[in-house]
Amino acid sequence: MSTLTGTRHLVRLILRRDRVLLPLWVLLLALLPMTYATSFFELYPDAAQRTAYATGPATNPSIVALLGPVYGDSIGALTAQRGGFLTLIIGLVSLLTVIRHTRTEEEAGRRELLGATVLGRHAGLAAALLVTYAANLLLGLLTVAGLVATGLPAAGSLAYGLAAALAGVVFATVGGLTAQLTETAGGARGIAVGVLGVAFALRLVGDTAERDWVSWLSPLGWAPRIRAYEGERWWVLVLPVVLSVLLAALAYPLSVRRDLGAGLLPPRLGPADGGLAGPFGLAWRLHRGQLIGWSVGFGLLGLVLGGAAEAAGKAVEGNAQVEEILARLGGTSALAEAYLGGTLGFVGLAAAGYGIQAALRMRAEEVAGRAEPLLATAVHRFRWLASHLLFALAGPVVVLAVAGLAVGVTYGLGVGDVPGQLPRMVGVGLAQVPAAWVLAGLAVLLYGLLPRLAPVAWGALAACVLLGQLGAVLELSQWLLDLSPFTHTPQVLGDDWTATPLLTLTAIALTLAATGTAALHHRDLPTT
Amino acid sequence: METPIEVAGLVKTFGRTRALDGLDLTVRAGEVHGFLGPNGSGKSTTIRVLLGLLRTDAGAVRLLGGDPWRDAVALHRRLAYVPGDVTLWPNLSGGEVIDLLGRLRGGLDPKRRAELLESFELDPRKKGRAYSKGNRQKVGLVAALASDVELLILDEPTSGLDPLMEEVFQQWVRRAKRDGRTVLLSSHILAEVEALCDRVTIIRNGRNVETGTLAELRHLHRTSVDAEVVGSPDGLADLPGVHDVRVEGTRVRFDVDNPALDAALRRLTEIGVRSLVSQPPTLEELFLRHYGTITDEPAGVAR
Repeated sequence: MSTLTGTRHLVRLILRRDRVLLPLWVLLLALLPMTYATSFFELYPDAAQRTAYATGPATNPSIVALLGPVYGDSIGALTAQRGGFLTLIIGLVSLLTVIRHTRTEEEAGRRELLGATVLGRHAGLAAALLVTYAANLLLGLLTVAGLVATGLPAAGSLAYGLAAALAGVVFATVGGLTAQLTETAGGARGIAVGVLGVAFALRLVGDTAERDWVSWLSPLGWAPRIRAYEGERWWVLVLPVVLSVLLAALAYPLSVRRDLGAGLLPPRLGPADGGLAGPFGLAWRLHRGQLIGWSVGFGLLGLVLGGAAEAAGKAVEGNAQVEEILARLGGTSALAEAYLGGTLGFVGLAAAGYGIQAALRMRAEEVAGRAEPLLATAVHRFRWLASHLLFALAGPVVVLAVAGLAVGVTYGLGVGDVPGQLPRMVGVGLAQVPAAWVLAGLAVLLYGLLPRLAPVAWGALAACVLLGQLGAVLELSQWLLDLSPFTHTPQVLGDDWTATPLLTLTAIALTLAATGTAALHHRDLPTT
Repeated sequence: METPIEVAGLVKTFGRTRALDGLDLTVRAGEVHGFLGPNGSGKSTTIRVLLGLLRTDAGAVRLLGGDPWRDAVALHRRLAYVPGDVTLWPNLSGGEVIDLLGRLRGGLDPKRRAELLESFELDPRKKGRAYSKGNRQKVGLVAALASDVELLILDEPTSGLDPLMEEVFQQWVRRAKRDGRTVLLSSHILAEVEALCDRVTIIRNGRNVETGTLAELRHLHRTSVDAEVVGSPDGLADLPGVHDVRVEGTRVRFDVDNPALDAALRRLTEIGVRSLVSQPPTLEELFLRHYGTITDEPAGVAR
């Protein structure tokens, strides 16, 4: 029997299980570069404007840090730079996909069930890699088609699309390798995301410090260096292919060396007895990883946004259309502050996402059967709920304060007024809290009243995102926009704002949460 | 002394499904009470009602003299519960979970905790995700048995345990009984129930079909007889209470209701007996009678 026997069946299994998720991310990530190209065609129709942008804002260190370098002033070059961040996302999605279909399966014990059938030793890893490679190539080709459709040159589009796809291939293989190392999918994800983070950091340092060789060390640095649309260097494509082959050549023997279910790195032991004092101690243990992770993420995001704000202000000088759009996004005073107001509004939506996931943790605990033994002890339902509600409400405050603080530091450094900008930016961050609370409160309400429908809270968040992003552009009627709590968040950087909407939003959020809490007191648990 | 568990006419519906349909259950203080039934018969639902996790639709439920829904928190200080499928937090060690659950119940006996860990051969340092099914059950059992509580509610607690650990579990349940605790043990491992329980309640489709001591239950049931006889075993099949007579030459086998046993044996000795084997019904047979076949007798004969 070949070590690959049965791969075909596993590929079909993966495609069946991912029939929604896989097409979704492939399509989404393939469409984005096309929208970038379209908007550059609209915003910078004449060459002089493009040159101003390419030599000005596009070389701003914050932009270069986030997106990578720009190699020319053609629409294609600007699009390629703008899409530079996508390689990071593609890498992330790819490694998560591979780990989900290898180590997660093994940890859950499903791999064992399959392993007892006619299945080659390498079939599991091979199937996961094959599917993810194919998805990336499809993504690349769709990207090429989309870019060509906007009117960009075919050669440059092909170079950009293939480079993006191969970045995905590299990190898919990284995921396949780390899945062999640890016993848990969480551990494998941690290491793989760490590798991705190091790759991003290397590219960031190399590009901003203009040390080209440092960027060459990072697979994420290769994609921009193919110089799509600016004299393509096709040989760069060899690098990700060679690296993927090497990584795969390492992963396969490792997958044979170890036992099923085991990792190469030994699992860590925990304490033999515990100091968890009660439901709140437990909730802290369950939520702290997420809270710290989100805080770090929000902090980094804030640093980049603050740094980019000044550049954004300069970028649009003399471009009436952009000024108009930015003004519509919500700012009233200077453009940089309009930009900050708009982007921090978006950060507020993300913070609502934290609140929702923290609230829905209760549902996860209930469904997994972990709530039942706890509630069979002398813990009142209210106390159990309160222990999670604390994170759903305080979490958004923490992450938004961190984001505001970070924006204040870099923006303050940019305009030379840190002490002045810091409290203002923290204020903008915290002004988003009540709207985020409304969505967290909605999640609690659904959890208490209609637990099976609790994930609908995510749908509400998606609706808010759509209303916020498209509402002004599509000129939707005001009552529709008013449905989103974020519509009511005042622009606290302007002069004339009142706290009334913030208080109203807070009252609504607390009413929702209280109603959900009361409902939980009266319902069966678990409701499955 | 109050009766720890008193359930009468309990009804619980989920949508159109009638999970519990007039269930009665009485557990007396200090006894180990077996709670038997096939999968889906309503054992876990009953236990969740007793724990105040599910609301009742009708019927009276008293737990340790209180209302399990209204007085949940106060009552939970006096009981410990082990579910049939213990799930643990993947990032917490077994020891942390044991101490957490113990503390939430109002404290556990550290000496007994150490003894339990040793006799169940459980490493408390492993993370929740690293335990096998059997070891997860042990975490739940150690947490419950180390707690100083009056009542233990165990819902198929030994699923996934090997026979050696099953024996250890039985020792600890006997010790709990000696210490004066009451135990409600839901199970479908019949040997376990036969070994441990003073009284048994058997339920099916959400209502109880039998309650009593094992001896009482057996008394109500048939004895299997397998005999070599001298003559032709005529007339046996016509006796009241004799069932399934099978004759192979001089060998005769039949089942007989215990009240009719005397008459049947009389008839056998009239014919002349060379050898005779008789067996009391095992709980397996009780089960098969109740669940394995669609019996002609109505459910709930022997209340």
